[in-house]
Amino acid sequence: MTGFDFSNYNRNAALHAKGVPLPKATSTGTTIVGCIYDNGVVIAADTRATSGPIVADKNCEKLHYIAPKIWCAGAGTAADTEFTTALISSNIELHALSTGRPPRVITCMTMLKQHLFRYQGHIGAYLVVAGVDPTGIGLFTVHAHGSTDKLPYVTMGSGSLAAMSVFESMWKPNLDRDGAVALCAEAIKAGIFNDLGSGSNVDVCVIEKDKPTQLLRNYIKPNERGEKERNYRFPKGTTAYLNQKIISKEDMRKYVSVEEASGDPNLMEVDI
Amino acid sequence: MNHFPEAWGRPRDDVYGAYNPLYLQTTGPKAHTQSPAVTGTSVVAVKFNGGVAIAADNLASYGSLARFTDVKRLRKFGESAIVGFSGDVSDMQYIDRLLESIDIRENYSTNGNTLNAKNLHTYLSKVLYKRRSEFNPLWNHILVAGFDEDKKPFLSSADLLGTTFSAPHLATGFGAHLAIPILRRLFPEETPLESISKDEAVAALRECIKVLWYRDARSLDKYSLAVVTEAGIEIQEDQQVEAQSWAFAEAIKGYGAQVN
Amino acid sequence: MTTLSGQPLSEAIGYSFSNANSAPHREHSFYPYTDNGGSTLGITGSDFAILAGDTRSVAGYNINSRYVPKVFKIGGDDETGDGAHIVLSVVGFAADGQALKERLDAVVKMYKYQHGKPMSVRACAQRLSTILYQKRFFPYYVHAILAGLDEEGKGALYSYDPVGSYEREQCRAAGSAASLIMPFLDNQVNFKNQYIPGSGEGHALEPKKAEPLPRETVEQLVRDAFTSAVERHIEVGDGLQMMVITRSGVEEIYYPLKKD
Repeated sequence: MTGFDFSNYNRNAALHAKGVPLPKATSTGTTIVGCIYDNGVVIAADTRATSGPIVADKNCEKLHYIAPKIWCAGAGTAADTEFTTALISSNIELHALSTGRPPRVITCMTMLKQHLFRYQGHIGAYLVVAGVDPTGIGLFTVHAHGSTDKLPYVTMGSGSLAAMSVFESMWKPNLDRDGAVALCAEAIKAGIFNDLGSGSNVDVCVIEKDKPTQLLRNYIKPNERGEKERNYRFPKGTTAYLNQKIISKEDMRKYVSVEEASGDPNLMEVDI
Repeated sequence: MNHFPEAWGRPRDDVYGAYNPLYLQTTGPKAHTQSPAVTGTSVVAVKFNGGVAIAADNLASYGSLARFTDVKRLRKFGESAIVGFSGDVSDMQYIDRLLESIDIRENYSTNGNTLNAKNLHTYLSKVLYKRRSEFNPLWNHILVAGFDEDKKPFLSSADLLGTTFSAPHLATGFGAHLAIPILRRLFPEETPLESISKDEAVAALRECIKVLWYRDARSLDKYSLAVVTEAGIEIQEDQQVEAQSWAFAEAIKGYGAQVN
Repeated sequence: MTTLSGQPLSEAIGYSFSNANSAPHREHSFYPYTDNGGSTLGITGSDFAILAGDTRSVAGYNINSRYVPKVFKIGGDDETGDGAHIVLSVVGFAADGQALKERLDAVVKMYKYQHGKPMSVRACAQRLSTILYQKRFFPYYVHAILAGLDEEGKGALYSYDPVGSYEREQCRAAGSAASLIMPFLDNQVNFKNQYIPGSGEGHALEPKKAEPLPRETVEQLVRDAFTSAVERHIEVGDGLQMMVITRSGVEEIYYPLKKD
């Protein structure tokens, strides 16, 4: 058996009918964009992942690897963008090995749209596919239902209108690399600051002819958190307990190998 | 023919489908405006040094039909206030009549006061809030531009629920998605008003109207633009979106593999 | 009614009789509420009270404005709020919040005119509860917090549900990020889940006793609560408005927050 497992379908439908809510998926309520220029293509994304109104991840990665010179920006259900791009990446690799040729963007886009169309929108992946191949530069959007579009600049996700307003007022033909990167970053910033579903940092990926792909992780960080005003480290013994059991390192050495960590052993590891 | 006299002459459900008795309904909730019919799309506005600029296109849509292409959605009130309407056009005309009667009453009154834009906004937001509380909303989102009692530029919004807010730049409808990011990029909130000139403000609004024309399917390339300053109101109602760029379209062939 | 094999006539043959006078109940498509997001928070001390709220106004995934106050002076001068000794914060549906604030403001002013003395915070708190309950079946969709100084000069804080249930408390968070902030307050203001190290074994361990915190500490806690809520809640941000009520009056402090 390959593909999805539907064995819990009837049980879940019955639970749902009784009023049990569906589990909430992490969504990358997102701004993602792409823009071609004279010698390649740039895609960019924000880094906020949300679950309803709560920020699930402040610095997630929405730029997905497909092939060395084909990358994908994903919006929609986080798991769906992750698994769909991983699946197509794997199939593209096999395809490239079987044909002995570098993979093409159009192939990747076609595989994505056929996969997504088959699932009639239930796989909530909204993607920007970009890359460079022997036929030239490719930039596409793929919607969850399987439709695609081809344009010199594209935006997707909840911040797509904010980002598109930047492209529609600042884009001009024959951009160079720096111009395209700056424009994409500006479009993502418009999403970050005007769309609540988008936030934190700007990730950029530049795919250029005859050059290795550059993934510029956290290209701009316009939302650094300031210092907290108070110290929230509690004195040892603050938490109540009814009994204690001490497992020493010597005990553990019987089962696993133990290494000494550097730093003060009395301090908790606090999230930075 | 069957033996139920009530059935004689009646269409059979299995032939004609179930009868829809909805039009016979006389009881039930009173039919208020439950959804707008003829509508106007975005209004955009921005404050600048010494005044406020506001713009809206001249289209009234009937669903997806571009029904009326010469509708003026910016209305003057007195000598220094403008109201920009989006949403239902019949409700707009009703509010306009309200404003007209207030204006006449004010002009005949002997108290010597004149209503400024801030007073007007307070009044309109209360009308809208009262109507929503009666479950009979006026289906509009409005922007009021002008001056407050200290002669400082004033710009504020009110919607069909009576929600009000103000900011250095505001937009209704699709403009809230497309125009606000442009205006916030050009004039960040912390920019002092003194550093924004009238020409910059007007140019920004024209840019916003152009982007809306590109991307809002219920918009038009003919628009009205009004500027309120100490000197009065300049209103231009037959503007055309200039310098459109469709350069991006030239290279596009199809949506996938097609190349020529 | 005639039946055919035990079934109602119309269902048996399939004519639309029964439907004719019992039309399906049509849904009222107008919903008179919206959520404008944001959060508020109040903490009291021995001789002061602090009420704070973020200044973002939200509609869906859009930011209406980056500066819309949620904390208001009650019973002071119309424009400046000078002379007020009571502060109200409202979070939820902003139009209802505005209406509620204006009603309470009028009540407190009328009290002063009629009785020749300022209304006590306790009386105002009771009156606010009544105002909310009067709209039991069409509620003001807000979570209100009222703050001031009591008869002994101690900080007083009252928190309300939308229909008027209220309680005096040491601290309270309300609004969209309440579930993020309130546990932090329980721990840092009332020292919940904190024990005195080495004070006993097992059940004999002594809990850390809550006592009124100094103003500086409270201000720091408020700022930390909001900068943290901004990190994890999308509707909280842009600015923090703090009102500090002391014997010498009400002090307003603004502090910028992240805008993403």
